[in-house]
Formats: sequence, structure tokens, C-alpha cells
Amino acid sequence: MSGFERHVRSDRIIATFNGFEADLLRSLASQMVELLRNERAEPATPTADPFEALMVEFSGATTIPEDPVLARLFPTAYPDDAESAADFRRFTESGLRDGKAAASGLIIDTLEDAGLPPELTEDGLVIDVELTPEEAETWMRAFTDIRLALATRLGVQAGDEDYWHSLPDEDPRAQAHDIYEWVGYLQETVVEALTA
Amino acid sequence: MGPVSAASPVEVEPTLSPDEITNLSKPWVTLVWDDPVNLMSYVSYVFQKYFGYDKATAEKLMLEVHTEGRSVVSTGTREEMERDVQAMHEYGLWATMERAS
Repeated sequence: MSGFERHVRSDRIIATFNGFEADLLRSLASQMVELLRNERAEPATPTADPFEALMVEFSGATTIPEDPVLARLFPTAYPDDAESAADFRRFTESGLRDGKAAASGLIIDTLEDAGLPPELTEDGLVIDVELTPEEAETWMRAFTDIRLALATRLGVQAGDEDYWHSLPDEDPRAQAHDIYEWVGYLQETVVEALTA
Repeated sequence: MGPVSAASPVEVEPTLSPDEITNLSKPWVTLVWDDPVNLMSYVSYVFQKYFGYDKATAEKLMLEVHTEGRSVVSTGTREEMERDVQAMHEYGLWATMERAS
């Protein structure tokens, strides 16, 4: 397993993944896109009026998303001012959602353009990824969103590494935590490559 | 043509208390809060890239977030701070804003 590095001559941020790794990254990015698109903006109080419902969709969400992952991705900007918080959310959340979905979408597109088939069937597949610095930053932001999602679902807390490593290998949460650490490793190497 | 009546003097009601007027001139701040997920190197990168801070300043702020639980990362008008908070959310950092104390 290797991470990203900067190719000096071309100024590209490059990495090589095996088929399993590339497929896993695509799956994580796809789940992120799905999550961002699924739970739509909800009105503060459910409305039966179709016009009002349309306007809510049109003008954006004002309340904290119910899903804890989305609540973490779109925090309340004004903790002590509900009205300003609702306004901020109305004007920013939909654009932030689109940006995050586009960032994870770039991971999917890049991997597929690099030769990842819709269904992974063959062994020994090698996927070479070459990113411009701008694309690498987009990948890095998507890695952040994916890590925040995994950590929120798992309940990761500061300094709890020993707990996760003490779980038996076959525990699905231990496996999810391994993936969380792997994406963290990849992200660290992107940061290093971008600042090298 | 009748006489033009002079506009009656308008009584201007003060709508803001002196305290509120003082508050209006006070700047706002963007706070970034600690979380167990974001990498220290990443947070420092974001502070350098978005705010244009040099490496030393960015690392000082990042460590403050890490050890104090939060740090003021920028100061300015309300509109500026809304832009900064939005940008931090784009990067996945947990940011809020409030009036400077």
C-alpha cells in the first residue's frame, strides 16, 4: 500500500491503487454522493401546502439535518442565534452539498477514467491516478468528508486508537475503522505532496 | 395655488441603544473547533491555503484548536466571517462565528 506523491517534472500528484483499493474508494465516494443527495432539505415544520413545500426546496434548508453525518458536515454557524443560523443554512447548505457531492464525484470519475471497470472482476488490476494540484485538493476535501462520515457512524473519539485495535479482526466495526485509518493515511500523503 | 405647507419636522426615534451602536462597530470572529477526525497537517494546510497565513501562524492556530478546543482564526465584518465559515465548512472543519468579545 502506497499513498500519493508529487511527480516533480509533471507537477502531478500521483498514486497507484490495486483494483480492490480503487473499488473501495469508489464505493466510499458513491456512498457520500448518495448521502448528500438523499436526505433533502426539510422545512422547519412539515407543510401540506404544495407551494410552500416548493418554496422550501427552492430557498434551501433552515434546520439542522437529522442525519448526524450531515449535521457534522453542515454545522450550525451561529450556535446562539437560531434565526441567523437558519438564514446562514438557507444560503449556504445547498451549495455546500453540491460542492461536496462534486468532490466525491471527481474521485469516482478519475478512477473510472483510469480504467476501473463498473464491476471489479479481474485480479491484478492496477489503477494509476494522476491529479493536478487543484484536483488533488478536491480529493483531499472529499477524503475529509468520507473520514468525517465514517468517524461519526463509528463514534470515533480522541485518543481511542487502543480500543479500535483491540477489537477482533472479524468485527465489522474494526474493519470500518481500518478503512477510516487508510483514508486518513491517503489524505496525509496528499497534504504532504501538496506542500512538498 | 395654495400655500405650500412646510414639512413638519420629523421626530427621529432612536431605535438603537448606545450599547447596540457600540456593538455594530465591533468586529466578528470565525472560530474553528477541535474534532477528533481532522488531521493536524490538513488543518494547518487549510489555514495557509485559505487565509494565506504563513506556516508558523497556521501551525500556531492549529495547535490552539487542538489544545484549547477552539481558536479564533479570522476577524472582520459579519459578511466576511460568513464567507470564512462557509469556506471552513467546505473544507470539513467545524467552524462557527460570533461577535468579538
